[in-house]
Amino acid sequence: MDWQTVTDALFPQGHDVTQAGDFVCGTGRCGEQAFAVIGTTNHAEVGVELALAMARAVLDVITQYPGRPVLFLIDTKGQRLRHRDELLGINSYMAHLGKCVEIARQRGHRVLGLIYDQALSGGFIPNAMMADLCAAMPEAEIRVMGLPAMARITRIAEERLRALSEVSPVFAPGAINFVRMGAVDALWDGTLPTHLLEMLHRADAVDRRSERGFERGGRALAQPVARRVAESA
Amino acid sequence: MKHSFYEASARERIEGILDAASFREILPPAERVVSPHLQALDLPAAFDDGVVIGSGTLDGESVLVAAQEGEFMGGAVGEVQGAKLVGLLDRAVRDKPAAVILLFESGGVRLQEANAGLIAVSEVMRAILSARSAGISVLGAIGGQYGCFGGMGIAARCCDSLVMSEEGRLGLSGPEVIETARGVEEFDSRDRGLVWRTVGGKHRYLLGDCSILVDDGIADFREALRRLMESRAAFDLDAVLHEHDMLTRRIEQLGECKDGADIWRCLGWNDPTLLPMLDTNEFLQQAQSRAAR
Repeated sequence: MDWQTVTDALFPQGHDVTQAGDFVCGTGRCGEQAFAVIGTTNHAEVGVELALAMARAVLDVITQYPGRPVLFLIDTKGQRLRHRDELLGINSYMAHLGKCVEIARQRGHRVLGLIYDQALSGGFIPNAMMADLCAAMPEAEIRVMGLPAMARITRIAEERLRALSEVSPVFAPGAINFVRMGAVDALWDGTLPTHLLEMLHRADAVDRRSERGFERGGRALAQPVARRVAESA
Repeated sequence: MKHSFYEASARERIEGILDAASFREILPPAERVVSPHLQALDLPAAFDDGVVIGSGTLDGESVLVAAQEGEFMGGAVGEVQGAKLVGLLDRAVRDKPAAVILLFESGGVRLQEANAGLIAVSEVMRAILSARSAGISVLGAIGGQYGCFGGMGIAARCCDSLVMSEEGRLGLSGPEVIETARGVEEFDSRDRGLVWRTVGGKHRYLLGDCSILVDDGIADFREALRRLMESRAAFDLDAVLHEHDMLTRRIEQLGECKDGADIWRCLGWNDPTLLPMLDTNEFLQQAQSRAAR
C-alpha cells in the first residue's frame, strides 16, 4: 500500500504530506484534529540521515505546534546494514529519535503509529514501537526476520519453526501476531478516520503492551514477571 | 592484578561494582523463572534467563542494578529477560534510587524468541526513557566479550551516560550481520582491527557516544559509575536539541569518512595509527588536549 492512499483515506479534511526520498512528512486533518505526520516509504532502510530527519520532524512539532499529536506512518525493511552507518554510530541516531518521542510525550503530545506496509527489526523500534499506541493495516507485514533466515541463524529446522508458528504468535511473521502479543493495538480494517480518532482518544503515556499481550494470550510472562519485579520488596 | 570486567560473569561484575555484600537479587535462579519459548524449542533455559537483577548500594548510595550474562545466548533478550529489566526500571520509579545501573552485554533480540524478543527490547527502551522522565538516573556500562548490539545498542544510548572500556563494543547491526547481508567487501567481520575501529570503545569515546572510557577492571567501572552518580544528565527538550545539533554536525563533518582512522584524523589525530597503541590514560590525556584545541 502506498502512503498517498493511506493519507488520503486518513485525512478527509485534507493534508499537505509530501515525500522527499524515503521520508514522508506533513500535516493531516481529521475532523477538527490536526496531526503531524512523520514517516517512511519505499520499504525504507533507516540509516543515520533518515533517523535524524524523523527526529528533526518530531522536534519541530514540539517547538512549533505544542501539543499536536504525532502520527508515525511506517514502511521499512529495517535499519540500514552498512559499515558507514555503524562507523557513525547509527544506534545513537536511533536512540536520539526514541528520546525525541519521549520528550514529546513528556510535554503532552500524544504519539501514535500506523504500520501501513512493512515493518522489520530496527526500522520501527525507535518510532512506531516508541509510540503511545501503534496500529497496523491488515495486510501489513511485521517481523524480526523471515523464517528461512531465522532457521539458518538459530540452526532450528525451518519446518519446525513453521509448525511452531502455526500454534504460537512468537515465531510467525504477520501483523496479527503482533496484535496478539500486545505490541500492535489493532488492525484497521474499517473507516480509517474513525480508527485514528478513536485511538487518539484512548492513547496515554503508559506502556500497556505487556498487559495487552497477557489479556490476548500472546505473551503469558512479560506482564506478570515485570509486575513481580516492580512490586518486589 | 586487576579483576577483568571483560572476563567476569554477570554476577561477578555486580559483586565487584556494588559495595561488598550489599547485593540482594530479585527473582534469583532459585525462583526458576525461565523462558517458555526456549522450552518449546527444546533448547536449554537459564534459571535467570540471562540477566541478574537486584538492589544494593554503591559507595553507600542505594542503587538498582542489572547485568546481562553474555555466556547465555550472547546476552540476547527474550520475553522474560526483557520483563525483568522493565520491572526493575518500573521499581526505580517507585523507589527513587540514586541510580539504575545497567551492565549491558547483548547481541540484541533473541532470535529464538523472535517477535517476543523484539517487543521486549522496545519495552526496555521505553522503560529506560520513562524512568528518566520520572527523574531517575540510568547509567550504562559496556565492556564484555559480546559487546552491546541490536536493539540493546539503541537502549544503551537511551541511558543518561555510558562507561566503556577499550575492549567494549557498541553498535546496532553486528559486523557478522552486515557481512552476511552485504558481503565481505562491505564489512569483513574477521578483520579485528576494522571491527575495533568501527565499534570499539576508543572510537565511541572520540565520537561522544560514551562519556567515560576506563581500563578493563571491575574496580575501574565501579569508580566511573560512582563519578557519574555525582551529577545527573538533564533529560528535557534542551538536552535533545543539543544532541540533535551534535549528531547533525557528526554527519556533516565525518559523513564522508571511510574508516575509523579517517574520522580520528578529522578529529585532529595526525597519526591515527598511534591511537590503538596508547594505554587508556595516555589516550585520554591526548584526546582531552586535542578537544581543548
